[in-house]
Amino acid sequence: MTEADLTPSERSGIVRDSLAVGVATGAYGIGFGAVSVASGLSVAQTCVLSLLMFTGASQFALVGVVAAGGAPLSGAATALLLGTRNTLYGLRMGPLLQWRGWRRVAAAHVLIDESTAMAVNRQTTAAVRLGFVTTGASVLVLWNLATVAGALAGEAVGDPRTYGLDAAVGAAFLALLWPRLKDRRNVLVAALAAVVALTVVPLTAAGVPVLTAAGVALLVGVLARRQDPTEVPGPEDVAGGHR
Amino acid sequence: MWTAVLLAAIGCYVLKVAGLSLPQRVLEHATVERVADLIPVALLAALVAVQVASSGPELTLDARALGLGFAVVALALRMPFLVVVVGAAVVAALARLL
Repeated sequence: MTEADLTPSERSGIVRDSLAVGVATGAYGIGFGAVSVASGLSVAQTCVLSLLMFTGASQFALVGVVAAGGAPLSGAATALLLGTRNTLYGLRMGPLLQWRGWRRVAAAHVLIDESTAMAVNRQTTAAVRLGFVTTGASVLVLWNLATVAGALAGEAVGDPRTYGLDAAVGAAFLALLWPRLKDRRNVLVAALAAVVALTVVPLTAAGVPVLTAAGVALLVGVLARRQDPTEVPGPEDVAGGHR
Repeated sequence: MWTAVLLAAIGCYVLKVAGLSLPQRVLEHATVERVADLIPVALLAALVAVQVASSGPELTLDARALGLGFAVVALALRMPFLVVVVGAAVVAALARLL
């Protein structure tokens, strides 16, 4: 990693790519807003999630569990477990960004799949920071605007089954899972987790089956021997990042 | 509901700050690293399954499965996220109309 400044063309290239991801991911916020309101959260609660939680998979998880009839706190627990993913990204990004104090505290808010993907493979600290901030900030702004629009639209729709909004949630989770299915062990864990979750559906309160599936990750992670690199998304894995 | 929303939101932010602040050594523990990598895979797969194939305490197969089928095809064809999600919704809605 060097401290060289970016040339104007490098700079505009990074900004262009980052904004493309920001727009593609931000637009997705419409889906979150609509699904969240359809799941029974208020418009205000939906907007607070996008503003403060600001990590798509966890947000969808919380409202998904609530939509399935689960206790809000099981939804929160699922959201937190999925949020540990960002801790991994932070462990990778910390040394690359080299920020301390208020910059680190601010950067943490936009530490998500997309900002990590558009920054982690850059060659210089300046390029890492530019990719991270441009992607993070553009997703933050657009995701929140889109959430408001989606929430208001969702409120007008009412029943989530109208327009197939309930089916959109499953598709959203699959889209988030998809980039991780390149690895065979991950495919095995995904299949096992789905089977375990469905097996306990009739036996437990809603929200619990998904948490039970985390046990599969724990079990396979402890029993496995093979070492593998920490999975951090690349530009190929995020909306708008592949062209 | 507000309690859950705020607790989870604050917790998710703390997890992000922790990542940027903890020493990278944490990842050198192979088991911790593997479990951390596998948790999102397991949770997302379980969320897909429960979301698509259950209604309350019952296992069900309905229009949502068709929506998911569309999503699989769209993802395999590398279509944008928005197309995958909106397409799945449209397919399920159409299936219910027929």
